[in-house]
Amino acid sequence: MLKIRDLRVNYGGIEAVKGITFDVPEKSIVTLIGANGAGKSTTLRTISGLVKPSGGNIEWNGKDITGISSDQVVKQGITMVPEGRRVFADLTVLENLKIGAYLRNDDLTEDLKWVFDLFPRLKERSWQYAGTLSGGEQQMLAVGRALMSRPEVLMMDEPSLGLAPIIVQDIFSIIRDIHEKGVTILLVEQNANMALKTADIGYVLETGRITMQGSGKELLNNEDVKKAYLGT
Amino acid sequence: MSLWQTIFPYILSGISVGGQYALIAIGYTMVYGILRLINFAHGDVFMVAGLSMVYLAASLPLYLAIPVMIILTVALGFTIERVAYKPLRTAPRMSVMISAIGVSYLLQNLALYITGGLNKNYPEIPWISDKITIFGATTTRVTVITPFVTIALVLILVWVINHTKIGMAMRAVSKDFETAQLMGIKINNVISITFIIGSFLAAIGSMLFFTNYPGVVPTSGGMPGLKAFVAAVFGGIGSIPGAVIGAFIIGICESLIKGLDTILMSQGVIAEQIGFATFSDAFTFILLIIILVFKPMGLFGEKQTDKV
Repeated sequence: MLKIRDLRVNYGGIEAVKGITFDVPEKSIVTLIGANGAGKSTTLRTISGLVKPSGGNIEWNGKDITGISSDQVVKQGITMVPEGRRVFADLTVLENLKIGAYLRNDDLTEDLKWVFDLFPRLKERSWQYAGTLSGGEQQMLAVGRALMSRPEVLMMDEPSLGLAPIIVQDIFSIIRDIHEKGVTILLVEQNANMALKTADIGYVLETGRITMQGSGKELLNNEDVKKAYLGT
Repeated sequence: MSLWQTIFPYILSGISVGGQYALIAIGYTMVYGILRLINFAHGDVFMVAGLSMVYLAASLPLYLAIPVMIILTVALGFTIERVAYKPLRTAPRMSVMISAIGVSYLLQNLALYITGGLNKNYPEIPWISDKITIFGATTTRVTVITPFVTIALVLILVWVINHTKIGMAMRAVSKDFETAQLMGIKINNVISITFIIGSFLAAIGSMLFFTNYPGVVPTSGGMPGLKAFVAAVFGGIGSIPGAVIGAFIIGICESLIKGLDTILMSQGVIAEQIGFATFSDAFTFILLIIILVFKPMGLFGEKQTDKV
């Protein structure tokens, strides 16, 4: 279980995350929703070790991992799919997948097979440069790349950003597939509707604080959430 | 004498000088590729390699002096990065560049202090300093083997970058620090390896270069360093094949201009020396200006793509 306790993060002089506390239970899908600038991405970036927190704790299976470096976080089994996909455009699709397994020295055949089963398009294009893929394919590659590290927790920052609605459906169905394989998912989304439908537990962030929490269904039916994030 | 017989020795020496520039230029281009930093101290690392060979060869047999010199040069390159550049990783690029200029002067002044500014004779390395005759041109063996050594090292380097895990990590880090970190890559290690490779090649280059020259002075790194840098810009900074091709072009052109008087006189075009040789350095920099005007990204430069 991933436990976040009173996490505070300063970002360019302002406190972007003002003491948030939440849990990501094993084998669950947890989502953080909220508007731009609410501190969702900063939270993920802090867990992944890219940003150092100014206060609070991050605990993973009883171990304090606050402020450790990114490569150590990956080694612990926590991997992030960054916002905006960020595939390595000058590397081939296959190389992108291999670099996702950078810290592993064992055989990758099985993992490659799993990723190619999840995303058959990537297999067809495995020799192409990642920069030539469409936005949706790049998102799939970014997810596949993260899976290559065999994560226990997969953190995803806005996986649906800038994608056509039909592809967003695909992405969320793949998130559920990955979850069924036993991977814990921590999802940050602006598409609150899809995120809450998929998630077991949801948290609403507003200007660096958690203002609401509950099961995905509860939040979907909550009047305030409906008004602010679901537009109904 | 036929035209070919007159020109050939100059082409030969041009290819050789080009190979030496190429070995230095790779250090510039690789560091730029990964850190977007022009490592002004690189030419001085090259000079220190030459100087340490002078001192090592005075007390050690050559088969020990050469590897120790290479190790010292690599250690110097690694230390410079850790001490002068790494603490500035998040600082503006200008600060790192000024730090690089500082390191450059530091090395030159240390060398001045140690040598007293005197010319230090470079040790004669047997076999490679021997005189040989090739296609009627008399030269030293090092002139002939330099391009082969250069090309062999470049091929190995390109293979490492394209086909090994660390090479893949280097390509990833050069494009996107943050995402590379998310893959578990320790970017500081990758950057250190880049400096180690660059310094290693500069050490080999210094051996090939100084063998053909009378000696080493504290400013010896300046001109070859600058020309190697021009070669890297000419080829498109960040690109290894670009730097190598740029270095060979500059080496050959420079050598031909040095011999232009002799070549023209042998053909009866001019009656006496005009003094083109004086302009051989100027030529290199005119070339730089022309390239920057017409092809700002160099021959094989990365296309600038604006992120939307």
